[in-house]
Amino acid sequence: MTGFDLIAPHLPVLTVVVPLIAGFLTPIIGWIDRRLPWYWVVLAMFVVLLIAGNNLVTVINSGTIQYKLGGWDPPFGIEYVIDLLNGFVCLIIAFIAFMVSIYSKESVKKEVPGKTTPFYSVFLLLITGLMGMTITGDIFNFYVFLEISSLTAYALIAMGDRGDGVVASFNYLIMGTVAASFILLGIGYLYAVTGTLNMADMQNILPGVYESKVVLAALAFFMVGFSIKVGLFPLHAWLPDAYTHAPSTASALIAGLMTKVGAYAMIRFMFGVFTPDFVIDMTQMTNILAWAAALAIIVGSVLAIAQSDIKRMLAYSSISQIGYILLGVGLANMIGMEGGLLHILNHALMKCALFLVAGAIFYKTGIRNLYQFKGLGKKMPVTTTVFLIAALSMIGVPGTVGFTSKWYLALGSVDAGQWIFVFVILLSSLLNIVYFWRIFDNIWFGHPHEIEHIKRDEAPLTMLVPMVILAVLCVFFGFFAYYPVHYVIEPLSEALLGLGGVP
Amino acid sequence: MSGVIDIVYAEYNYWIYVTLMMIGFYAMIAKKNLIKKVIGANIFQTAIFLFYISLSDVKGGTAPILVGGHGAEHAADVIYTNPVPHCLILTAIVVAVSTTAVALALIIRIYNEYGSIEEDVILAARRKLQPEFSEHARQKGVAEVSRQ
Repeated sequence: MTGFDLIAPHLPVLTVVVPLIAGFLTPIIGWIDRRLPWYWVVLAMFVVLLIAGNNLVTVINSGTIQYKLGGWDPPFGIEYVIDLLNGFVCLIIAFIAFMVSIYSKESVKKEVPGKTTPFYSVFLLLITGLMGMTITGDIFNFYVFLEISSLTAYALIAMGDRGDGVVASFNYLIMGTVAASFILLGIGYLYAVTGTLNMADMQNILPGVYESKVVLAALAFFMVGFSIKVGLFPLHAWLPDAYTHAPSTASALIAGLMTKVGAYAMIRFMFGVFTPDFVIDMTQMTNILAWAAALAIIVGSVLAIAQSDIKRMLAYSSISQIGYILLGVGLANMIGMEGGLLHILNHALMKCALFLVAGAIFYKTGIRNLYQFKGLGKKMPVTTTVFLIAALSMIGVPGTVGFTSKWYLALGSVDAGQWIFVFVILLSSLLNIVYFWRIFDNIWFGHPHEIEHIKRDEAPLTMLVPMVILAVLCVFFGFFAYYPVHYVIEPLSEALLGLGGVP
Repeated sequence: MSGVIDIVYAEYNYWIYVTLMMIGFYAMIAKKNLIKKVIGANIFQTAIFLFYISLSDVKGGTAPILVGGHGAEHAADVIYTNPVPHCLILTAIVVAVSTTAVALALIIRIYNEYGSIEEDVILAARRKLQPEFSEHARQKGVAEVSRQ
């Protein structure tokens, strides 16, 4: 019996335990030598990435993994369930976090001087929270992990710009507390009706009590709570400030992951706790969601045009991109759902790359105002090329990932007979061109006589490597979207919409 | 009239929790003082805790501490209240305390930065420090570039 055989059955729980333990050990390691925490975080994230990859492969090959914590049987004990949906999201979290952790070395040293050890400690705890939210099969355990991820996110944001970062963090804290309390209340209502906390068990019991007003109230609380968490349009007030004023590394991490996990949770609660026929036909919740998402797509894009701070612009663009994911879910047909799920992956890649670029530019020049970007194309050719690829992908140019998911979403809208959503997607793509063109224009077509004097001054290698990898993946999945779609997204959408429940 | 009172009285615990929750929610939204916002958040969360606790009560039930023995033959001996919500709320209290701690720590830093915990004053100070209006920022950016 090798060592791996001993560990193998415990891999699901290790996805959460590894970053948790590593997070608490970080202060000790930082106390030994202040340069060590970076190596430690990269190592921990690499291990998590391997575990998450292994989990997803196991799920694809042999079906859902169930892990009983402490050996207690599911309805009573806490259960971790990995199926295609959260195996997929876990891998995205692990991969993005790994990339960001490599990138963080120089950026964190410059932006949070003297606090690198606490930063990395909180970084790992944030990953713990996100992983836990994704992987758990217990509804109250979910709430606890939600709060872990929120609290660590508040701390990370507060480490950002002097003054502004703290105010942004406080506003997020108030909004986040409302959201989490609503979710807690929803959990209480469902517990009152069903007497169980296990998601699968709850899904079996709930159809018998769908007439109950309490279940409706619970659904409403969940939807409002998660809408705040993902920053769906009317409830997005915390998002732009938080993304803008956080340290660059934290922005990339939070923008790439927090809202995606929120969207995952929304999907999980709609289709894994309630049943598809309840949210689609009985309450029309998906329909409401699709319209709210369409509104978010347009408003987010329009507001992004008005911004001059690149991070704030990307934050507003995030609001519109979240709309795409939720539009796909709200369409509630096979193709639309595939588009929405695929966009979770795509948006994580694109938005993370864009925020990393913004961070690299800020690291080298100290500029965030996009009207001052003139001549950057000569100064930082690699960084700006990454920006070009990721931005083209956001616009949805064929050959990039953004095109694939937008194509699926448009087809899904046609399939649902909702031509107005096709129009919304097209309009939003045009608006995307408007706000990204301003940056292209400044980066590459600045005044020539200024460009003559600019020397090449590229970001350090630890920053370049993750950015380039993300950009390459943006193109790779643009051409080979077949792999995620065939192995994960198709069976997943079928299971979510089809027979009810997650595989 | 008596009908309404009966309805309220029959489920008075829920009425209390909803009232408290709304008081907390109002404070979180409407109060300008940051400490008062945090107090509002605490009332809001405590109201939810009370909801859970009142949910777990069983008429005539005793505290869930084992009396006699356990197993099927003793099942009818004693009625216990449901211990699960208590455990959940124990966890939720810890979460609420940490949220409050983080919020207070943030308020201390806000106070050090702006010299006030009143939202109006902070907003005014931020406006003065950093004009967020994009047109202004744009012109500033253009001016700086042309100066170089």
